[in-house]
Amino acid sequence: MPLPTASASITGFDPRRHVGVHAERVSHVSSTDYPGHYPDEDNSWDLDKFKQKLKLKVQRLSNRSIEFDFVGVDASIANAFRRILIAEVPTVTVERVYVWDNTSVVVDEILAQRIGLIPLNVDPSFMDIKENPTDQATDRNTLVFRLRVACTRNKNAPKGSTDPKELYVNSDVLSSHLEWVPQGEQMTVMAGNPPAPTNPNIVLAKLRPGQEIDMELHAIKGVGKDHAKFCPVATASYRLLPDIILNPNKPVPPHLAEKFQKCFSPGVIRVDPHTKDVSVDKEKARNESMSREVYRHPEFEGCVQLARVRDHFLFKIESEGFYPPERLLPEAISVMRGKIANIRRAAEALLEDNDGPRDVEMADG
Amino acid sequence: MATLAEEESEWEQLNRTNWRGLGITDPVKSVEDKWLLLPAFLKVKGLVKQHIDSFNYFVDVDIKNIVRANNKVTSDVDPRFWLKYTDINVGFPDRTDLDAIDKSVTPHECRLRDITYSAPILVTIQYTRGKNVVRRPNVNIGRLPIMLRSNKCVLTGRTEAQLARMTECPLDPGGYFVVKGTEKVILVQEQLSKNRIIVETDSVKGVVQASCTSSTHGGLKSKTYVATKKGKIYLRHNSIHEDVPIVIALKALGIQSDKEILLLTAGNTDAYKIAFSANLEEAAKLSVFTRHQALEWIGSRVKVNRKVVGPRRPAWEEALEALATIVLAHVPVVGLDFRSKAIFVATMTRRVLMAMDDEKMVDDRDYVGNKRLELAGQLLALLFEDLFKTFNSNLKSSIDKVLKKPSRTNEFDAFNTMQFQGDHITSGFVRAISTGNWSLKRFKMERAGVTHVLSRLSFISALGMMTRISSQFEKTRKVSGPRALQPSQWGMLCPSDTPEGEACGLVKNLALMTHITTDVEEEPIIRLAFMLGVEDISLATGTEIYGPHTFVVNVNGTIIGLTRYPTRFVTNFRRLRRAGRFSEFVGVYVNHHHRAVHIASDGGRICRPMIIVEEGRPKVVSDHIALLKKGAVTFDDFLRKGLVEYLDVNEENDSYIALYESDIVAATTHLEIEPFTILGAVAGLIPYPHHNQSPRNTYQCAMGKQAIGAIGYNQLNRIDTLLYLSVYPQQPMVKTKTIELIGYDRLPAGQNATVAVMSYSGYDIEDALIQNKASLDRGYGRCQVLRKNATLIRKYPNGTFDRLADAPLDENGQVQKKYDIVQLDGLAGVGERVDPGDVYVNKQTPTNANDNTFTGQAAAVPYKNAPMTYKSPVAGYIDKVLISDTENDQTLIKVLIRQTRRPELGDKFSSRHGQKGVCGLIVNQEDMPFNDQGINPDTIMNPHGFPSRMTVGKMIELLAGKAGVLSGKLQYGTAFGGSKVEDMSRILVENGFNYAGKDMLTSGITGEPLEAYVYFGPIYYQKLKHMVMDKMHARARGPRATLTRQPTEGRSREGGLRLGEMERDCLIGYGATQLLLERLMISSDKFEVNACQECGLMGYNGWCTYCKSSKRMANLTIPYAAKLLFQELMAMNVVPRLVLGDA
Repeated sequence: MPLPTASASITGFDPRRHVGVHAERVSHVSSTDYPGHYPDEDNSWDLDKFKQKLKLKVQRLSNRSIEFDFVGVDASIANAFRRILIAEVPTVTVERVYVWDNTSVVVDEILAQRIGLIPLNVDPSFMDIKENPTDQATDRNTLVFRLRVACTRNKNAPKGSTDPKELYVNSDVLSSHLEWVPQGEQMTVMAGNPPAPTNPNIVLAKLRPGQEIDMELHAIKGVGKDHAKFCPVATASYRLLPDIILNPNKPVPPHLAEKFQKCFSPGVIRVDPHTKDVSVDKEKARNESMSREVYRHPEFEGCVQLARVRDHFLFKIESEGFYPPERLLPEAISVMRGKIANIRRAAEALLEDNDGPRDVEMADG
Repeated sequence: MATLAEEESEWEQLNRTNWRGLGITDPVKSVEDKWLLLPAFLKVKGLVKQHIDSFNYFVDVDIKNIVRANNKVTSDVDPRFWLKYTDINVGFPDRTDLDAIDKSVTPHECRLRDITYSAPILVTIQYTRGKNVVRRPNVNIGRLPIMLRSNKCVLTGRTEAQLARMTECPLDPGGYFVVKGTEKVILVQEQLSKNRIIVETDSVKGVVQASCTSSTHGGLKSKTYVATKKGKIYLRHNSIHEDVPIVIALKALGIQSDKEILLLTAGNTDAYKIAFSANLEEAAKLSVFTRHQALEWIGSRVKVNRKVVGPRRPAWEEALEALATIVLAHVPVVGLDFRSKAIFVATMTRRVLMAMDDEKMVDDRDYVGNKRLELAGQLLALLFEDLFKTFNSNLKSSIDKVLKKPSRTNEFDAFNTMQFQGDHITSGFVRAISTGNWSLKRFKMERAGVTHVLSRLSFISALGMMTRISSQFEKTRKVSGPRALQPSQWGMLCPSDTPEGEACGLVKNLALMTHITTDVEEEPIIRLAFMLGVEDISLATGTEIYGPHTFVVNVNGTIIGLTRYPTRFVTNFRRLRRAGRFSEFVGVYVNHHHRAVHIASDGGRICRPMIIVEEGRPKVVSDHIALLKKGAVTFDDFLRKGLVEYLDVNEENDSYIALYESDIVAATTHLEIEPFTILGAVAGLIPYPHHNQSPRNTYQCAMGKQAIGAIGYNQLNRIDTLLYLSVYPQQPMVKTKTIELIGYDRLPAGQNATVAVMSYSGYDIEDALIQNKASLDRGYGRCQVLRKNATLIRKYPNGTFDRLADAPLDENGQVQKKYDIVQLDGLAGVGERVDPGDVYVNKQTPTNANDNTFTGQAAAVPYKNAPMTYKSPVAGYIDKVLISDTENDQTLIKVLIRQTRRPELGDKFSSRHGQKGVCGLIVNQEDMPFNDQGINPDTIMNPHGFPSRMTVGKMIELLAGKAGVLSGKLQYGTAFGGSKVEDMSRILVENGFNYAGKDMLTSGITGEPLEAYVYFGPIYYQKLKHMVMDKMHARARGPRATLTRQPTEGRSREGGLRLGEMERDCLIGYGATQLLLERLMISSDKFEVNACQECGLMGYNGWCTYCKSSKRMANLTIPYAAKLLFQELMAMNVVPRLVLGDA
């Protein structure tokens, strides 16, 4: 049901396609293209139509992050990938810490927690998930690291220096101090890419002469929903493509054109230098931050309607672990496929036994 | 020297009236950053200056006065003997161990070793030995606990690095004592001012009374009233049985003629004369006309309590003595000149007459100017005086004992006797400070709860305790007056920081800039007053005193003289003070109602500094501040140059103070340094408090003290009974100037949580908060709880001793599970995990420790186990083990056990706006809403918390915090100032955010945008010490009390949950009899008894001992408590008989 609003009358706003962004609320949040919503329309799901609509275009790719457009899916699908990225794509991190010696000011539990949060460059596909914490650790499910740091005075320190980094050796315990101890066949399997923290400069603790840390660290494979340390991404989120709909019946007054332009993110609004005509740069409209600043000024009332395209997701994923950013979405899809396969098996099992309802065992999730 | 002159000339430059081409008429430039005077003030004075100043005054000045007043010990036996104290000094804290080489001691060592941080009291004595006079310097008479950071403390004036070497926190304010290892604070006590007349009315009884509590240096305190009774005026005093008609009193004080009496009391006012006439009549009726008759009249009614039985003195002499020394003792009577005392009584009478005539002329007890604050120094002075007098009388009696002996082998040396006096003074101080009982019989003082253990829950709680003021009012009285906020409290006492509940308004806190005065000698002040033209009071008659243009001049409540030009006198007086001719803490003001000039130099007045304004221009100008910024001058320079002065409450009331420079008019006398100083240190943490509803600020003041954070730079070296530490404390995004001044940004207690103000899941009702699980995983809200477990390894008087043993082996030769962390020395290893039930100190005590007849070999004694076991249901880790010995050579073992806790359901959190809430649900990160940047909130807060609480400050904090995050700067939320909302909105808009701080969020569950915009940004959240882990409790079965066999009470004893009276009533009302029976008896203390149906008494084994029969015995189940009651009644000779019937 379209909500009657003053600005809804502006042509170009399509409640089927757009999420309305108003001054104090958001409208048309959910999609309506499902069977039975509109009379005389068949909106049942169709693979061909879906294939035709579905688009995925990478906008930007760097070492640690990726931005891509994901168009033509329902919010639930896009969100599912986002959720899987955060919670269910497995990674390997330190789970158990055996402390032999720790005379630093950072106490054992906290140091252990800090170590757990270090991302490791280990391909999780090489490893099995250790189902039970009491299970035997094997070379298939556990990686072993050693952290042995002792701080001493630097005999060659420049005179009069007060910088601890110059005065002492190993004044900072860094993630690069983690030392991989290969177990069993790990030496051969992982030799190509020896396990280590992805970032060597994470400060774990600070030491002063006489202090010492000696620990054995066991890393296992796990998923983000168990603990945030297993999360492969820093952020994985999306926003909807902004759409700025100008009202042709009420143009922006020429003397206010610059002010109008300033209400939007840089480059989004073009002002013709001569006519002071206002138009939207379609290319840069995606950069609009949707600050709704334009609604604050009464002189622009009715000139513009802000909206977002409901099925156009601008994804941004920052990787902070083993996976290169471009591999994250395929990983998420494969997790998703695994879940679907699971459900399919369960459904088929249901179909096969028509004797009566029986409990079907489903994998977790 | 050159720099000094240069500096001096720079000051001269600034103080010229015609300066840098600007004349007086030029527009006033505003003094920028005049608030910088505040850090300058705090740098000089520190946060707890009142305590330290008071203690310093005691140690440096008062203690000498006390000794001077009691400096001679003589002997009743040998009249030639005398001993005189010529000097007294308090040394620096040192070690008492005799064999120690390094005698220096630090406060932290005292805390750890459970010893007292004290310094020797050294006196110089002169005494006769035979025929010689001997002088001995530095004789130790006892030890005085030393206040930290006082003049005598080793921490004073040390740099941060030196303090670090002494494991002391540079931000610790000091001002407390370390006694037997515990930190003790002597709270500031609020009292009605001494030696001042207070006029009150009782409208119910129609009584008007003027009272005056006299307090002199001798410590004697007495209260004198001049009150009406049936329309006539009487003088009342504890030492006189009967109320003395005022005319008789005045006659006894030497004013014989009725005319003079009338002049001195009623003056020339007809109304007063009429009201007073009845009194003259009464004296005549009692036929008292002369002074002698008056003295006789009073003398026969004076309470005589003298122990010395001498010849009985005539009544008039008794009266003379009582009037001279007891009644209004603070008014000096030199020789037998009662004139000034008579005038004082006359003034009191006149005040009563005035109040009878016009009821507005009464005084306000709650007015802060009528209050005095008693500090550690004063209390210690009283204690010392008492202890010193006792010491001297003990010394005298033991000297007498020696001198009594007729023949001595060697010459008597009093010094030796003195050395054997024991540690009376030392133990007296330690006892008083560690128990808080100030019971001084000599001064009729009996006060409990004077000292408190310094709360080290958080830095703020310790600081808050140092600024606390407790009132002497009883908490139970239902009067609102003393509890109400007083207008005169402005700038002196914090309007927000007071507890809720019974102590509300009675416990107060000092504001940031307040200072409490110490005593200043009054003789020079009096001399100065006379020099400024005051006429001596003893030369004046009533006509002059109450003449139309005369003002009475009082010094500390005593009338000294008259002046006809009060304004000129006060101006001149102030000018001398500003020039530094006498102490800056001497106050002077004109009271136009009473037509009096009051000069106050007594201790305990509350005062604060203010900028002086002359001719409409503040004397402090921007260039002074520039000098201050450069560090070229200090606050004291401002004082000395007469740019800034201290005003006490009374003088403040006599001044015209501008809040801001723009408010300055021609009549303005002073300018506030900074408005936010009306708040105290604790309320100063609140950002934008001026936007909050007032009670919310009060709630935050209570909660800020419970927040878990950093408590000091030495927190990891401390071994406290209970220590809460935050793992990742952060300084707040939105700071205040107070935060920087007190160092809260260096010892914070909270974290900047990203908050979404929205509804989520229904687990957020009633202020519950939703937490992001990933945030908790990453360390948000994580805290450590460290608990001390101490034990002594004793040596017993019979030669036996405790010992530590290694872990015992079981029959298989294995160490038992509960001993697995005990090492060979009998102590658990540092870093080991302690599981519930584990032993961490394997102590053994001899079985015959208390057997004093035992003489055998100590080593051959049988031992029993007395291990320390870990009781908490959650495992901990051994953090530290300390082995030391105490002052009396017992081995002390302290084990610190640590738990690290992440927030869980039910843990309590609060923002800085009195908005507390418990964690209601922990949500996975993927289920949390997120904004366009992909940011998830750490916490979701329900918006229903806002409308009724009206904590607008919290909203602005979020806005300012968000703007700060976006611009990469910390923002300020200082009271009556701070970052402006408009600027914050601009920053948000510039960074592409909505001006109102509301973001468009996407649901993490559906993936669709939320239909409302959500207020989203950082708010500083505190984790409070109330954690579910310490509170949760359930019991299925468990221990029972021995006497009643009912379940024990309380969580610590694994007690039951009581089905109380009201719950019982519900069950009765509902008719659930079986449930009632089960709850009250079967599940509690059911007991089977045999009762005899014949006699109704209880028997046993089917046998009635009363009837000697088993015939009619019945078996029944009753609560054990009922059976106990019957037996107790029988023990009291009451026979309860059971009458049994069939149900």
